[in-house]
Amino acid sequence: MGNPVTGIGAAVVRREDARFITGAGRYTDDIRVEGQAYAVFVRSPYAHARIVEIDCAQASEIPGVVAILTGDDMQADGIGSLPCGWNVTQKDGTDMRVPPHPPLATGHVNYVGDPVAVVVAESLETARQAAEAVAVEFDELPPVVDLATAQVSAEIHAGITHNLAYEWELGDREATDAALAGAAHVTRLDLVNNRLIPNAMEPRAALGIHDAATGEHTLYTTSQNPHLARLILSAFVNVAPEHKLRIIAPDVGGGFGSKIFVYGEETTVIWAARRLRRPVKWTADRSESFLADAHGRDHLTHAELGLDAEGRFVALKVHTVANLGAYLSTFASAVPTYLYGTLLAGQYRTPCIHVEVHGVYTNTAPVDAYRGAGRPEATYVVERIVENAARETGRDPAELRRLNMIRPEDFPYQTPVALVYDTGNYEQSLDRALELADYRGFSERRRQSAANGRRRGIGFACYIEACGLAPSRLAISLGAGVGLYESGEVRFNPTGSVTVFTGTHSHGQGHETTFAQVVSHRLGVPFEAVEVVHGDTGRIEFGLGTYGSRSLAVGGSALVLAADKVIEKGRLIAAHLMESSPDNVDFEDGAYRLKDSNRSMTIQEVAFASYVPGNYPDGLEPGLSEKAFYDPENFTYPAGTHIAEVEVDEQTGVVSLVNFIAVDDFGRIVNPLVVHGQVHGGVAQGVGQALLEVGRYDATGQLLTGTMMDYCLPRADDLPDFVVDTTVTPCTHNPLGVKGCGEAGAIGSPAAVMNAVTDALGVPDLAMPATPEKVWRELRRQREQA
Amino acid sequence: MYRFRHHRPATVDEAARIFSDCEDPAYLGGGMTLIPTMKQRLAAPTDLIDLGRVDGLSGIRVSGEEIRIGAFTRHADVAASREVIHAIPALASLARQIGDMQVRNRGTIGGSVANSDPAADYPAAVVALGATVHTNRRRIAGDDFFKDLFETALEPGEIITAIDFPIPARAAYRKFPQPASRYAIVGVMVAELGGKARVGVTGAGPCAFRATALEEALNRGFDAAHLEGVEIPDAGFNTDMHASAEYRAHLVGVMAGQALAAL
Amino acid sequence: MQITLSVNGRSHTLDVPENTLLVDIIRERLRLTGTHVGCDTSQCGACTVHMDGRAVKSCTVLAGQADGASITTIEGIGTVDALHPMQAAFRECHALQCGFCTPGMIMTAIDLVENTSQLDGSTVREGLKGNLCRCTGYHNIVKAVLSAADKA
Repeated sequence: MGNPVTGIGAAVVRREDARFITGAGRYTDDIRVEGQAYAVFVRSPYAHARIVEIDCAQASEIPGVVAILTGDDMQADGIGSLPCGWNVTQKDGTDMRVPPHPPLATGHVNYVGDPVAVVVAESLETARQAAEAVAVEFDELPPVVDLATAQVSAEIHAGITHNLAYEWELGDREATDAALAGAAHVTRLDLVNNRLIPNAMEPRAALGIHDAATGEHTLYTTSQNPHLARLILSAFVNVAPEHKLRIIAPDVGGGFGSKIFVYGEETTVIWAARRLRRPVKWTADRSESFLADAHGRDHLTHAELGLDAEGRFVALKVHTVANLGAYLSTFASAVPTYLYGTLLAGQYRTPCIHVEVHGVYTNTAPVDAYRGAGRPEATYVVERIVENAARETGRDPAELRRLNMIRPEDFPYQTPVALVYDTGNYEQSLDRALELADYRGFSERRRQSAANGRRRGIGFACYIEACGLAPSRLAISLGAGVGLYESGEVRFNPTGSVTVFTGTHSHGQGHETTFAQVVSHRLGVPFEAVEVVHGDTGRIEFGLGTYGSRSLAVGGSALVLAADKVIEKGRLIAAHLMESSPDNVDFEDGAYRLKDSNRSMTIQEVAFASYVPGNYPDGLEPGLSEKAFYDPENFTYPAGTHIAEVEVDEQTGVVSLVNFIAVDDFGRIVNPLVVHGQVHGGVAQGVGQALLEVGRYDATGQLLTGTMMDYCLPRADDLPDFVVDTTVTPCTHNPLGVKGCGEAGAIGSPAAVMNAVTDALGVPDLAMPATPEKVWRELRRQREQA
Repeated sequence: MYRFRHHRPATVDEAARIFSDCEDPAYLGGGMTLIPTMKQRLAAPTDLIDLGRVDGLSGIRVSGEEIRIGAFTRHADVAASREVIHAIPALASLARQIGDMQVRNRGTIGGSVANSDPAADYPAAVVALGATVHTNRRRIAGDDFFKDLFETALEPGEIITAIDFPIPARAAYRKFPQPASRYAIVGVMVAELGGKARVGVTGAGPCAFRATALEEALNRGFDAAHLEGVEIPDAGFNTDMHASAEYRAHLVGVMAGQALAAL
Repeated sequence: MQITLSVNGRSHTLDVPENTLLVDIIRERLRLTGTHVGCDTSQCGACTVHMDGRAVKSCTVLAGQADGASITTIEGIGTVDALHPMQAAFRECHALQCGFCTPGMIMTAIDLVENTSQLDGSTVREGLKGNLCRCTGYHNIVKAVLSAADKA
């Protein structure tokens, strides 16, 4: 049963909001400790250069400067290189090629913003002043900026020829080529997936504290996964032993992937705190975030889709060059490979698929996971080329999709690119979306727009994603350096309240509410009696964090397992107290009941008894607290249909998004309020990619879009209200039947919007973002041709 | 931000006197441009002379044929002014389109005009309406005020005290905002004043200017039809990643047409 | 320089360097950390507070400009037990996720509702363009502001 007001499925208003709306949130920069000093990084102004000399003499003399430290100092202290956590095996069987990534650059700098030294001072103002006074002599080297030519440009990292991290492939090349050769029609498309800069509203920050007496290191930082950060900093970077390193991610102001990674700055802060024997704090300026947060996307792709005479897809072939930036960030290698190539089947029964990916180094900021991570890129390829195939063969784009969709009876469905989809009903989402979009009325709306000097277009994206990352054995067999299970603990306190510990981290997702709904539902205790703790390696046993829409599907499942263990132990106690046997005790709605009498007691009474075990089963440990690890047996596969409708102003080229419909199947839903919010935000980011956002470097590697004055984040007046609905096919392999909802909005929307824009313009492609001048030039070209 | 001295004179004369005594001074209006620039360490005046406490610099007064707006009048006050909305609705509308609400609550007309940012909105109105810029030393015709990128006819130490806007028979302002910063990529004010057309353009060039080709066309007939086919030469126009000179030139025509339609 | 300002109804006289920003006074001197800094170019609006009753970006106000002013921050408009209607509307409508932009968004929204005669979806969106949110896509923020405006 469960409580209809607070249980699973209820639109519970978030409890964490109380602190956020009153200004009582506690973000890393809000924390101040006695004696803290302030760090400012000296960064490379060049995209590629040799460090000749770092002269700190003048800067060191500025009163208030505590220390100026460089990469050499770090190396001397035994601090290692920042690792990439996923080894990609190349198509020739060799390992990917990884350059060293010192937290502070040594020898060379490889992108504008690469940190070369840190100034620690008594005040932020002094630290800034001294950072300007650090004189770094650089010997400039030719930068490699253009992704298209990077493989034939100068070598960035010694010994990494062609600037290639890896050449990777998946699928059957021969069968795909043969099927394409025999296809009745082949649609070809070249695509650019534009570089994005994440811009979580809270900039990254770190506060490092070292207690010399205990040897304990504490790092408050903006992390989506504090345990993973601890593991990496301890095992690979050698900052401190794992048991002497506590990482606390307090309130974190958004992540979208950018706070998954272990960066040089946070590493430097905790090391410097120990070395200098005083707390050190660093908070990024937004300008630093632009330069030095890992960016997202940045692919060049050629794709070919073959169709038979009836319109059935016979083969898809994809070749992608993926920009990895200057170094291999924490998960960078996996994003354009295992999180991309494996998704190219989309929702369709395409029998043959082959993908080859070249991961390429350039003298730009590292590129890693950003909301969706690989899956938006895959969806963009599939859904753009399917749309074009429909246009080229004169078919309705919705019907061509329907014809090729995996049907409910096909599940479990083995794709030609490794994944096995467990369940879904794609046509159901498509039909609901068509209805909400009033697809039938589109031609009339198009006519009305034309009468007002506007071209109207409609675009679809029937996306799939693999999330709930991830089955550990599979992930490790594919190169992951860690398992991707999740841990949780459900602890009854003696008075009957429940403290829940999760290894996932909430930085906007609302776990404090939704996980409490799950646990209170399962245990049958009041929602108000359940508290969720996250984000502190000192309080929570272990965890892999929040990314890849995994928290509920994996972390929530761990909590269900832990709660079930609690219930089972409680059954033993209840049976004893009610003088019966455990198999004669039922548990429902928070109460243990004897099957053969009306005797019952609440789980909270049982909890009290467990902590005051006077009358207690022999041999049973006191207390009622259980831990569980949940390792998923498969990915989860959210899917759905997004439909965008746009109007293009003939005079200015301005594209207005006039309608956006998202119908998603996330499996069972714990809290629709939160789920819809996740969709809204994801869609806004995807619309941003399609219409507004692009991270752009000039030919010398200077970031042109380095502030919010030039990098165009969506504002309130750029977006319409969204129409959001859901369909439900429960996930078949986790106890909650949930799939995950965090990324879907950003996965489906770019393709939907660009399909609408290209439909309005009547062109096969237009590179994202569809900015007014770009659109105006296309309109002018068409007028001149006419 | 580097260190500086913050002066808060009570009169224009005192402000000017402090200015002449300082090494590298700057006047501070609302600070909506200057403060961010200083925060980015792109400007480092030794002395800021804050005009916020100078008596008599703010206020809006309508007299017969013109509106006088004190230099320290904030954008939000111009936008909300009943007098301005009644006499020159286009000016109130322009003020309402500047930046965002918080910026309008701080930014001042004098600061905006004195800065001659090529993408600021007010300069379009100054030239289109043939405004008169009053300073502590003289009066400067709007047509002669903007000289170049961030350059005006103001001499060192000279302070704008008020701007007089003649009340046009009709006027309208249309803006094509830069999508990220919301400054004008192009802003055009079209006005009919003393029986003649005047067209002020901001955003397109290094500073605000009158689009004489458009004015001549409109003087032949004050409607959109007469704008058709008028070439806007893009020589000297700004080019950046958001808009090329060519696109800006095109937008000047489009915004002018939209302004006309709104008259 | 010495300045005196009232923050959330309490008067403070402070000695600060001239290059101190209002947001630094609020966060670092008065330790009211609900007001956030999200950018360094006066674009994001996370630092929005009320200065003499109007929404301003406190990252773009100098100490000397704030001298004598009456400042209201997010901490000054309501408490958990007695929320301002705008705070309540944000919670009811799920108009926040990570919460970082929220205080600035609420302060802007209050000014908007108080100083705009008729609000609809498009005027609210226009009024909020000085505040960036990366989480919500603004959908529920607009809903919250309209809901609070309805009740005002």
